[in-house]
Amino acid sequence: MRGTRFRKNLVTALLLAPAALWLIVFLVLPFIAIAIFSVGERAPEGGYQAALTFAQYANLPARANAFWNTMVLAPVGALGCLLVAYPVAYYLALRAPQRWRLILLALIVIPFWTSLLMRTYAWLYILGGRGIPALLAYVGIEDLRLINTPGAVLLGIVYGYLPLMILPIYVSLERLDRRLLEASADLGATPLSTFIGVTLRLSLPGVMTGFSLVMILLLGEYLIPTLLGGGKVFFIGNALVDLFLQSRNWPFGSAIAITLVLVSVVVLILANRISTRLSGARRVDLI
Amino acid sequence: MSKSYRDGLPISPEKFVDQLMRLKRGSISRRDFLGLTGLGVATAVMARELGIMPAPAFAAESLGDRMSIATWPNYHDPATFESFKAEIGVAVEVNVFGSNEEMLAKLQAGGSGWSLFVPTNYTISTYKKLGIIEALDMAKLGNFDGSQEDARFTAEGTIDGTIYAVPKNWGTTGFAVNTKKLAKPMSSWKEFWDTAMVEGDGRTMVHDYQLTTIGNALKYYGYSFNSLKQDELAKAEELLLKVKPHLFAVSSDYQPSMRSGDAWMTMCWTNDGAQLHRDIAEIAYVLGKEGGEIWTDFYAIPKDAPNKPAGYALLNYLMNPKIAVKEHLANGAPSIDARVNALLPKEVLDNPILYPAADLLKPLEFGAAATLTDPGRAELMARFKSA
Repeated sequence: MRGTRFRKNLVTALLLAPAALWLIVFLVLPFIAIAIFSVGERAPEGGYQAALTFAQYANLPARANAFWNTMVLAPVGALGCLLVAYPVAYYLALRAPQRWRLILLALIVIPFWTSLLMRTYAWLYILGGRGIPALLAYVGIEDLRLINTPGAVLLGIVYGYLPLMILPIYVSLERLDRRLLEASADLGATPLSTFIGVTLRLSLPGVMTGFSLVMILLLGEYLIPTLLGGGKVFFIGNALVDLFLQSRNWPFGSAIAITLVLVSVVVLILANRISTRLSGARRVDLI
Repeated sequence: MSKSYRDGLPISPEKFVDQLMRLKRGSISRRDFLGLTGLGVATAVMARELGIMPAPAFAAESLGDRMSIATWPNYHDPATFESFKAEIGVAVEVNVFGSNEEMLAKLQAGGSGWSLFVPTNYTISTYKKLGIIEALDMAKLGNFDGSQEDARFTAEGTIDGTIYAVPKNWGTTGFAVNTKKLAKPMSSWKEFWDTAMVEGDGRTMVHDYQLTTIGNALKYYGYSFNSLKQDELAKAEELLLKVKPHLFAVSSDYQPSMRSGDAWMTMCWTNDGAQLHRDIAEIAYVLGKEGGEIWTDFYAIPKDAPNKPAGYALLNYLMNPKIAVKEHLANGAPSIDARVNALLPKEVLDNPILYPAADLLKPLEFGAAATLTDPGRAELMARFKSA
């Protein structure tokens, strides 16, 4: 008995080893390095020099604006994604004819095969002076500026992250037990109250997964604000790029990065709690 | 970002169409004929094998088949790198940067992968101090001739008698204005900043670069472009924060937005000013009468360059006046090399964007080494951007 259990444990350990090694080398070790940087000082010519100070953390309010922008635009962006994604996922999972379903899913996923950079550049031209504004100039709407506005950034975010929101919601709706809908109708519920009481409620784990997935990626976003916000709409990601590449203040950048990681973890835990509470379902462990 | 999908393709769509149209018109050049029939390659191979055409001097050293250069936006004639590849056999990957700080950060982090880069005058002493650039081996740069260059522009490439960098071109930092949109004539940095908040609201760009953005804000009050004084920098920050909500963008790659008409006014370097004005006549280039920046860009080779032989080969190639003159015609910035000036057409030498009047040049300042590494200015710029 003991022998087989030992062997079982060994097999489990061996199977887990590559993943564990990957996590240690690419996640734990860099995290430790960044943590060490974050208590250091900026070297005179820029970069890092060893020290033990929490001055960088005390200086975090100097980037309050970047944190604020991210904390506002990330949930708003995720909400925007959700509003567009839910009807699409609903149609795909419950209304679309079976033979179309795969094709429609492919149409959602295929754009993801092109780099986000390329697709964001495309928006740069669509929203820029030679795109939509040039068309509108024909009908007399002159000098309209769409690019480099918070609206353009939001549009870019919703566009870029949409599939990440659609897919988890689709999966949770797909798994929905149709008999529950029938039962609800049999018991006299209107379609709307069936939707709210059954469909929406049971798809909430998917919604929360999509929401936290998009939120967490958005917390580190920097490309879309740079390209579609003209470097004016500043996210934490932009502050990081700036601190590492322009100011060359690695310790301060590291302190912000550590804070960002902690914020992401809090967001994940909260999302998990809310999802459990709302759906009344069994706890879904995201982390 | 710099790596284009076109890299490595035998022919770009534009070139294909150009070629097609030329062939349709019945015109075919000698080079095209040789290229299309393969006779050119055959002749070249035979000539080299038979010793008719001597192999280039650096053939002894392996140049590899690719290298990478770090430079500025809209700074080179793409044809230069194509002809370099055709003649020397090394493909050049171009990395574009918006500030010297960014270049410094990449080199400090190590493993930048560049075999040649284009730093500005005031940074070279810092690079030397940090030990991240190579003392140039002048024996490998036969095309370079220091005696033909104006020392006013070249001095900062030489430290304690050793040459660390050789100049590409010089220029100024002014601003470009679309005079169709902003008709009021302007001649000062004060007007630039004031216009940005009123008529140019939402249409003005400043560099993503502390040297010029802070420097030209300092000029609003007539302070030195390089000032490190606390109280003067505080005034500049106040102005920048006041202007920030009115800006179109904070970016050093301003040509696309100026060309598309999204931006009407931008801080601008000589070469970009010349290119914009050449293509769109209503875009004017203005030097602030309060002063501002005058600069020289150099070529230097990082100590950890992965392909030094190719770096030297490209640098030597670029120092050839016949190549350099094409670069200047495309790039638009004035040359330092008398041999190149002799080849430039008269209208270029008479262009006031390239060679401004003496009274406009006089108040301009070269960037100072301390300005690059000053943490106060770095933090000011970061605060401005995150505001």
